[in-house]
Amino acid sequence: MAELTYGKAIGRAIAEEMRRDPDVFVMGENVGTTGNIFKVLEGLLAEFGEERVRDTPLAEEIIINAAVGSAMAGLRPVAEIMYVDFTTFGLDALLNQASKSWFNSAGRVNCPMVLRCPQGAGPGRGSHHTNSLEAWFAHVPGLKVVLPATPADAKGLMVSAIRDDNPVVFLEHKQLYFTKGEVPDGEYSIPLGKADVKRAGKDLTIVCYSITVHTALKAAELLRKEGIEAEVLDLRCLMPLDREAVLASVAKTRRAMVLYEAPVHYGAGGEIVTLIQQELFRDLRAPVRRIGGLHTHIAYAPNLCAAAVPTVEQVAAAARDLVGYKRKA
Amino acid sequence: MEDAKLLRQYEVMLRERYFVLEQCTQNAKGKIHGYLHCYTGEEAIAAGICADLTPKDTVFSTHRAEGHLVSMGARFDRMMAESFGRVDGYGKGLGGVMHMSVPEIGLVHSNGVVGGGIGLAVGAALAHRYRKDGRVAVAFFGDGASSHGVLYEGMNLASVWKLPVIFVLENNGFAISSPASKMISVADVARRADGFSLPGITVDGNDLVAVYEAASAAIRRARTGEGPTFLECKTYRTRGHNEGDPQWYYRTREEVKDWEQNRDPVKRCKALLISKGLLTEEKDKAMIDAIKKELAEAVAFADASLYPGEEYLEKYVWKEQ
Repeated sequence: MAELTYGKAIGRAIAEEMRRDPDVFVMGENVGTTGNIFKVLEGLLAEFGEERVRDTPLAEEIIINAAVGSAMAGLRPVAEIMYVDFTTFGLDALLNQASKSWFNSAGRVNCPMVLRCPQGAGPGRGSHHTNSLEAWFAHVPGLKVVLPATPADAKGLMVSAIRDDNPVVFLEHKQLYFTKGEVPDGEYSIPLGKADVKRAGKDLTIVCYSITVHTALKAAELLRKEGIEAEVLDLRCLMPLDREAVLASVAKTRRAMVLYEAPVHYGAGGEIVTLIQQELFRDLRAPVRRIGGLHTHIAYAPNLCAAAVPTVEQVAAAARDLVGYKRKA
Repeated sequence: MEDAKLLRQYEVMLRERYFVLEQCTQNAKGKIHGYLHCYTGEEAIAAGICADLTPKDTVFSTHRAEGHLVSMGARFDRMMAESFGRVDGYGKGLGGVMHMSVPEIGLVHSNGVVGGGIGLAVGAALAHRYRKDGRVAVAFFGDGASSHGVLYEGMNLASVWKLPVIFVLENNGFAISSPASKMISVADVARRADGFSLPGITVDGNDLVAVYEAASAAIRRARTGEGPTFLECKTYRTRGHNEGDPQWYYRTREEVKDWEQNRDPVKRCKALLISKGLLTEEKDKAMIDAIKKELAEAVAFADASLYPGEEYLEKYVWKEQ
């Protein structure tokens, strides 16, 4: 075990995979000389050289296209778009080409690639660097979507993403890059599509992922002092979705909320709430809640930025509501 | 172009021509229910470009893919079955007439998105450069796609990284109904390659020998690490954008007839072969008869094949580990 930041854990996973598999390479804007603007890839250029750590022009459409094409030709690119906001330039390559090559060719041409992007709210960036687009990607058949919350998960999930034979969108929360945690040394992978109970509890389940795992854990601490034990279930992947883990947890607690930072409407919450209500309606002690970002953009001003995304107090209040909910006799 | 290769690629052109015409016949009978974009009139480009390619190279085709498929060696029967949406087609009826992938012959992907394959070819070229395997990637696209931004991002990247890719513009004069003269700011799109420091060459796309000579040089450059080439082939599609296109509102019958009678690539190549003493009318007829026989078998094969069963509905969404 070593204590690493979330960002360095990702970089370490990529480096270890590059040592293991010569087909793995990195490309993106300022990934080499700078080591990525969050220093996630620091040291890779020195170790692997310019052929395998490729600084690209600032041209997102060709970055994603070239990653897809190289994957179709047998490599395993780990491409980076500096912020998820800029993936929009290259969405054809992702949602018409990468996601469909296996289908259109009926099992002849696959696309084993990872597209890494930071996303999420952060003060001082304004609305063009703060989107949360995971629901877009999860909506596209053929794409896998990974959103780690801790350094250890970031490493283990990145290893699996690189080894996966399908296109994987790996969404890193920019506010987590410098958070620290213990990360296993050496070979360590976590299967895609396996959720993780980050805190056990009996009174309600908070289904969450990425940065909201930390929001949920803080809320759970507040609630503990009030005698409410919240279970925090970190999905880690939106696609594939660990349905079994969601249902097992909510079957136990019989109360649930889904928590995420993206605008709440038409987001991941609708999917997960539906799953719970369809499968566990008779067991539920209260309607399933959905807590997410407001249906607005992330403002530059720090107070508005913070107010647009779920807060610890909001989560705690929703949990109290759930626990206090009375059904008709 | 050596005589033997000229004759062989003429036969490839015949195969392109008659395969597409057979598709038109089957389309008229209602057996091909998808959009059918005919390559008729453009056959010299595929035959010339693909002559020196191998199954290890990586070709990215378009919605008008049959010429490229035939030139790389795709089978009539499996293509026809795919056009019919049947389970014995190259894509088991899932991909269909615009999305055939035959990687074992080097045709990685054809594309329903105009311009969708250009960037993918750049990526495949990156893989070839990365592995130093001497292979070449080819992006086919039309004049409509030449207005896509990805082409220019792709030319720039291919140029700065010296990628072994050939950008093949099949300039057939129309983006559906929009004439290239009104859509494109230069007479020869190949001139734009200058701005990206790669060779830009314009050839008569209806002249097999001219296309072949230019392609052969571009392939050599790519294989020896000298980087990308932009090759513009001027041509004309003599059928509508797709079968059923009510085309006479944007061009005249006279214009089409002129191209068919005076500039048809198959006729021109045949005349050249006869003048060189490499072909006779009898030999030509024998080749065509053999192709027609193979086509009749292909249609029978496709007719006998079933639609894919419902077990295929979600089968190829993921590649299982």
